[in-house]
Amino acid sequence: MTQIPLLEDETLLDRLQHAAFDYFLHTVNPDNGLVADTSRDDSPVSIAVVGFALSAYTVAVERGWMKRAAAIQRCLAALRFFRDSDQSGSSTATGFKGFYYHFLDIRTGARVWRSELSMVDTALLIAGALTASSYFVADSRDEIELRELVEFLYRRIDWRWAQDDADTIRQGWKPECGFLHYGWEGYSEAILLYALALASPTYPIARDCYKAWTATYQWENLYGYEFLYAGPLFTHQFSHAWIDFRGIRDRFMREKRSDYFENSRRAVYIQREYAMRNPHEFAGYDENCWGLTACDGPSDERPDMSNETRHLFGYAARGVPYGPDDGTVSAPSVLASLPFAPELVLPAVRNLIARYPETFSEECFASGFNPTLVDKNGRAWVSAGHYGLDQGIVLMMIENHRSQLIWRLMRACPYIRNGLHRAGFRGGWMRRSTRDGAR
Amino acid sequence: MPQRNDASLVTPRDAYECTRLANLHPASWNNPKPAGPYELVIVGAGPAGLVAAETAAALGAKVALIERHLIGGTCLNTGCVPSKSIIRTSRLYAEMADATRYGAQIPDAIRVDFAATMERVRRIRTHLSGSESIRRLAAAGVDVFFGHARFVGVNALMVDDAKLSFKKALIATGARPHVPSIPGLKEAGFLTNEKIFDLTELPRRLLVIGGGPIGCELAQAFCRLGAQTTIVQDKPFFLPMEERDAAQILSDAFARDGIEVRLNTKALGVRVEAGQKLVDLISDDYRNTIAVDAILTGVGRAPNVEGLNLEAAGVDYEAGNGVRVDDFLRTSNPHIYAAGDICLEHQYGHTAAASARIVVRNALFRGRERWSALIIPWCTFTDPEIAHVGLYVREANRQGIPVKTFTIPMHDIDRAVADSEETGFVKIHVKEGTDRILGATIVARHAGDMINEITLAMVAGIGLRTLARVIHAYDTQAEAIVKAAHACNRMHPKPTTKRQQLKP
Repeated sequence: MTQIPLLEDETLLDRLQHAAFDYFLHTVNPDNGLVADTSRDDSPVSIAVVGFALSAYTVAVERGWMKRAAAIQRCLAALRFFRDSDQSGSSTATGFKGFYYHFLDIRTGARVWRSELSMVDTALLIAGALTASSYFVADSRDEIELRELVEFLYRRIDWRWAQDDADTIRQGWKPECGFLHYGWEGYSEAILLYALALASPTYPIARDCYKAWTATYQWENLYGYEFLYAGPLFTHQFSHAWIDFRGIRDRFMREKRSDYFENSRRAVYIQREYAMRNPHEFAGYDENCWGLTACDGPSDERPDMSNETRHLFGYAARGVPYGPDDGTVSAPSVLASLPFAPELVLPAVRNLIARYPETFSEECFASGFNPTLVDKNGRAWVSAGHYGLDQGIVLMMIENHRSQLIWRLMRACPYIRNGLHRAGFRGGWMRRSTRDGAR
Repeated sequence: MPQRNDASLVTPRDAYECTRLANLHPASWNNPKPAGPYELVIVGAGPAGLVAAETAAALGAKVALIERHLIGGTCLNTGCVPSKSIIRTSRLYAEMADATRYGAQIPDAIRVDFAATMERVRRIRTHLSGSESIRRLAAAGVDVFFGHARFVGVNALMVDDAKLSFKKALIATGARPHVPSIPGLKEAGFLTNEKIFDLTELPRRLLVIGGGPIGCELAQAFCRLGAQTTIVQDKPFFLPMEERDAAQILSDAFARDGIEVRLNTKALGVRVEAGQKLVDLISDDYRNTIAVDAILTGVGRAPNVEGLNLEAAGVDYEAGNGVRVDDFLRTSNPHIYAAGDICLEHQYGHTAAASARIVVRNALFRGRERWSALIIPWCTFTDPEIAHVGLYVREANRQGIPVKTFTIPMHDIDRAVADSEETGFVKIHVKEGTDRILGATIVARHAGDMINEITLAMVAGIGLRTLARVIHAYDTQAEAIVKAAHACNRMHPKPTTKRQQLKP
């Protein structure tokens, strides 16, 4: 491990990306293609992680880490499972109206943890499925079935129902209480959700819905950078894992003479700036140790933290500059910023591995670590195991940085293009035809 | 400690209370003989009524002022004044408990003297009642009537048995706490801002229902005074009108104080068992029951329109929304106006006073002043305070106005750091491509004071760039405003400024 920070960039990234892919090999149930939320024992499935897995298989095939046939079988297992899953919306079903509960049992696929029917996590799952169908385009029986399954799953989703007559899409629904009170307000990772919902050939939402959402945006000048504000770093990354936002603009970004890719770049600089200012004087924060996002952190509900006077948030969406901030940072969120600001990310990644080796195991970063909370040996508090969302976003963003494979696939995906078009995106690669867009 | 029905609480009859009553509603008071027709009859002696009466009388008008209870209304007696008083004491206790943050020792035994806290509240309230006393009103030439006012025609009303005729009238009867329809709540007993300042013992466990300004301010104050406090809010955030970041910072501050925060939660029912109040709560699909000793409701206010016989005066109103007025604050009867909480969306003492001044000018001097032309700031006095003026970004977006926000976190301000008060921000919204200030939100320990500078700039039409030329005393937290102005200057330097910079 000690040599890893010294590797050449390409070699380093290949090692990190391959290790991230191994997460999906180790945590998948091959019978149904479902993938665990974390590497911890008895972890349930996160449907979003399945979406990342479906995308990851294409990368693995391309890089020779997995046979094409094996990847197709993994995809088919998952897609067939979702096709055949219980869509009754009961408390132990898998989904409803084409959406899926956030967390599922890895063996049966039934809802667990009384989790919500999650609109955005379903979108991440479908984005992964569309990636697979955009990559596996051969005329073989399996690949034809794969594409038909993806089409079926996408067409089954009733996005209009998820709007619940509100201005914007709801965040969730539960059989016990109906729609959750939360709607999407402010810029976030939901841009992918809206693109998919707008492009649906069966139950599309109205364009006004996207307009209503963007009406909640806040364009801010912070630390000398102008950007579309969102606090946690993942909100600037997740949609970008699939969609190449370079040079394409919706109405909002046209007015601001920017684009969402540039916006994420600025968000990365702001994250680093915040860490350098370190307003709460946490240990470790500096120009090469930053990354506040949704991640696992220490919790003051744990018995071993009972003497801790600071408020600790456990798994929470930490953000910049208003917090919450308890001294926990996420190394995966730094690495996933690679396409936006490699000049900041690569030094930071090398620094994190060298300075905090305890947060780096099996060549994967832990979800979060807290250098302010140290054990008797001076080692930072580290989240146990690994999280599928972290490894998925790391794998995809490294790939987009290296080859732009995912972006190229999705530029050619008609649903993504149509959704973006209906949202008002123009310019850049959208000027070109579908086939040319993939170049 | 009230055991059965909290409505039975009465203010302790100490010397302060006796003086306050003597100032605001003396038992020996005899209503004057009506000397009509009055040029202005005012119903309600709260902030709006008092300002209207004093202003009109000072301008030589013949004025009658009618109050059914206490002069001063909610603001002085059960609102702003007592709440700020108790908030100040609670802040002191919070700072004592957090003394190490300031490099000081935590006192050995911090014992909250709740009786002394409330005595101070009564003392301050009484002291300030002197400036609103009936003697001052009488000296100003205002005819003050105590009793129930009831319109009997388009230009006359009765105060008990006395008939007052008027050329113009102002309805300023204010509002009262809205009581949520929760089964069992009334039977179990509950507090509102009208009763909570009559407490003489601190409830050990307090449930606050409602995450608006009143609920948030008092939840934090009582928690800091030692009550084990839970606050439930049926929406995903506190202060739903405010910016989401501001509400999030407040939630975090509550958590640091030790308040149990239950967002997205409704109270389904209340029952009393073994002397304690059991409240059933539901959040999405999660139900549970908490046991408390007192319940404070702060879920909005209901306008006081009942008993006025507004129909006889031809004044349109709705029970829930109050008296309907036009932009000149005139009711459906052109001779009758309304001001303050009875007709306004923003229910604050300063909005009541501002509306009353408009009414005096429009009613007595044929003015054409519009309510919509005013720029009104407001503040929720939690710690940190949350203050706002002008448009929110979402409002500007809906109106199609492109907005840019200049954000200065308080952790970038030396004085805030020196004060260990770095939580919060100053956000100033300008129209894109210009420095015209559309609005601002400030979250800071002294946000209520800081917002006034932005309000002044907006009223005077001063652009944000110009504020950069205003030298602010160092070291003050208001430097955040100057920093925002400098950021605006850097982004949009005037051409002349650029040329000047290029000169050798």
